[in-house]
Amino acid sequence: MTTTTYRTCPRSGLQFESQAEKLMIVNAVTAVVALLVGGILAIGVVLTRWPTVHWLAADTFYMVLTAHGIDMLIFWIIFFEMAVLYFCSSTLLRCRIATPKVAWAAFALMLIGAIMNNVAVFQGSSSVMMTSYVPMMAAPTFYLGLILFAVGALIGCFIFFGTLVIAKREKTYQGSVPLVTFGAITAAIIAVFTIASGAIILIPTFLLSVGVISSVDPLIYRTIWWAFGHSSQQINVAAHISIWYAVAAIAFGAKPMSERVSRGAFLLYILFLQLASAHHLLADPGVSTAWKVVNTSYFMYFAVLASMIHGLTIPGAIEVAQRAKGYNNGLFEWLRKAPWGNPVWSGVFISIIGFGFLGGISGVMMGTEQLNMIIHNTIYVPGHFHATVVVGTTLSFMALTYFLIPVLFRREMINPGLAKLQPYLFGFSMYFFCLVMMGAGTLGVSRRHWDMAFNGAPMAYEWPGAAYLLMGLVGIAGISAILGGAIYIYITVGSLLWGKKLSGGSVSANFTPIPPTAPTAAAQSYGSAGFAAPGTFVLAMVFLVSFVLYYFINWKYLSQVWGLS
Amino acid sequence: MSAILPPAERLWWKHPLDRVEGTWIAIALIWCLTMFAMMVGWHIYGSQNLSTETYKTTPELFSKKAQAMVDKYTVRTETAENIPVVAPPAGSDVYLTARLWNFWPILELEKDKTYRLHLTSMDYNHGFSLQPVNINIQIVPGYEHVVKITPNKSGTYSVVCNEFCGINHHTMVSRIYVK
Repeated sequence: MTTTTYRTCPRSGLQFESQAEKLMIVNAVTAVVALLVGGILAIGVVLTRWPTVHWLAADTFYMVLTAHGIDMLIFWIIFFEMAVLYFCSSTLLRCRIATPKVAWAAFALMLIGAIMNNVAVFQGSSSVMMTSYVPMMAAPTFYLGLILFAVGALIGCFIFFGTLVIAKREKTYQGSVPLVTFGAITAAIIAVFTIASGAIILIPTFLLSVGVISSVDPLIYRTIWWAFGHSSQQINVAAHISIWYAVAAIAFGAKPMSERVSRGAFLLYILFLQLASAHHLLADPGVSTAWKVVNTSYFMYFAVLASMIHGLTIPGAIEVAQRAKGYNNGLFEWLRKAPWGNPVWSGVFISIIGFGFLGGISGVMMGTEQLNMIIHNTIYVPGHFHATVVVGTTLSFMALTYFLIPVLFRREMINPGLAKLQPYLFGFSMYFFCLVMMGAGTLGVSRRHWDMAFNGAPMAYEWPGAAYLLMGLVGIAGISAILGGAIYIYITVGSLLWGKKLSGGSVSANFTPIPPTAPTAAAQSYGSAGFAAPGTFVLAMVFLVSFVLYYFINWKYLSQVWGLS
Repeated sequence: MSAILPPAERLWWKHPLDRVEGTWIAIALIWCLTMFAMMVGWHIYGSQNLSTETYKTTPELFSKKAQAMVDKYTVRTETAENIPVVAPPAGSDVYLTARLWNFWPILELEKDKTYRLHLTSMDYNHGFSLQPVNINIQIVPGYEHVVKITPNKSGTYSVVCNEFCGINHHTMVSRIYVK
């Protein structure tokens, strides 16, 4: 066993093991670099899709779009998630990380893979989009890079599981793991399934690209690729919901309303959330209706049920904590008196609302088998997933970073005034960006399309004026969001480089086990009508009404189009 | 019992539910089952359901069938490339080929008549995006997808390729006339 040290952070009371800490730092910093690259590429994407600007040439645009998708959806998010997994195991359970040398090797594999893939894309012959549907082929190093990255990430997941075993064996805690760790376990289990799917389809595609095998069936590719492509977004959902619970605990001292409900909801994710490959095949030939209906609904919407539960229990837990502190007037005093100037909290709140209202509702609509036909491959789709992956995941990661700068990186944040503003600028720009993209998609505008004017086509279609207007707004909102992202990178990198160094706290050669917490009394004197969180319940009902209305509006619209049978 | 600490009660799963949680779970479950019933029910009562009739095919096989239809039912040609405009009889099998970077041929259909539209791609994945109706279907090479369509309004419609298929993707757009 290698010797290691543990330090107890004087600001948060969290205990960091030195190996795990270094791994978290290096994974998180690499993630931010990927975000920087993806963010620069985003400028090219939005300025080209803004019709009056129409900046890049077609070949450059498709190359930039391919790189933007992969750097953001895969590299930024998964590097950051590795840091989150190590945090949720080693730090929250106060134990050493399993096999740190292997963890470094995993990081090296991921880094080499990410660089190799980016080089392949920027050489120009791999502009195949993130999805790389066969038979359109990229350079062999494009696939090889992704495979190496995936292997590294898979090893990282097993180090996470190994760390859980160490914590159990060395008795660093008593009873069950914390809820946030349980959420991270959910993410890691989904990740193993996801990465295995990616390997199953990318390895033959790599062999095809070097000429070892002669063909990969396009439909089988789509089916298995999406078991990787969509499920990898479900890792994000499990990870960012864990972060929401963590921030509720950190910023408010909130405890889960009921462990049983929240963990049960995570369990539903493990059981059903990976079925989403079907979302991308609803408009495809060759897959049966029964398969589509069962899979696209995550088996009767049980994973949607889980998300709706988290959507209530997280704000609910905060409301209960706030009411217990005396913010007990009316329905919403608890919310008005929340620390709106703290970017850790404001970022998470904007994330929760945007993920639910914009990402969640649109996702269920487009995941309905028949309704999918009115949005498939339109720009509605990126509108939806920017609400889930950017507002949901990225903004949560940004909020968590503001917590980690003093705690993990031991630096004082530079320019806290700007940090206060950042979640609002980035979050609300993204809200608007998603809404106008969904609007343009409702009018039919295609995604992954260089020129909505169809320049050079003999039978060009003229989109309605509103579509042009909405795509112009996409450009404006996109630039504004990129500015918000740039501020995040400036604050994070700037704090790491120039922020005042903070003391790391006392260092010890041994871990301090987590002391058992005393059960709290169940009696309560707040809330109304027997509801501990009436304000949250009202918000949840507002959400439900929006959901129901939007859902049936789309059915109404579908009923008016051409008959299809 | 914070979310970042182990639960204080070892038997946390016996902790009673708050009424707000129980009520919301019941409401959310009913809504989830309603949506599931809606999707299944539309297959019985709705008239917009995507057919799953699919055959394996090859470019040669499909071209032959499309060519036979074009030879029989062409009414005129359009554009500088002389793309045939085909007016097949109602109820018949209609073939639409997607390839880099056009659709072939142009179709002329009758309002309120049903056609069996066969879709395939000669090369990469393509998209069938019917505008301004906004019906979108994936076209996958190697697979012949038979979709029964019933145009409900006359007019000139566009078919936009909305699956990325290479550098001239943006020029891949055609028409369907409905009389």
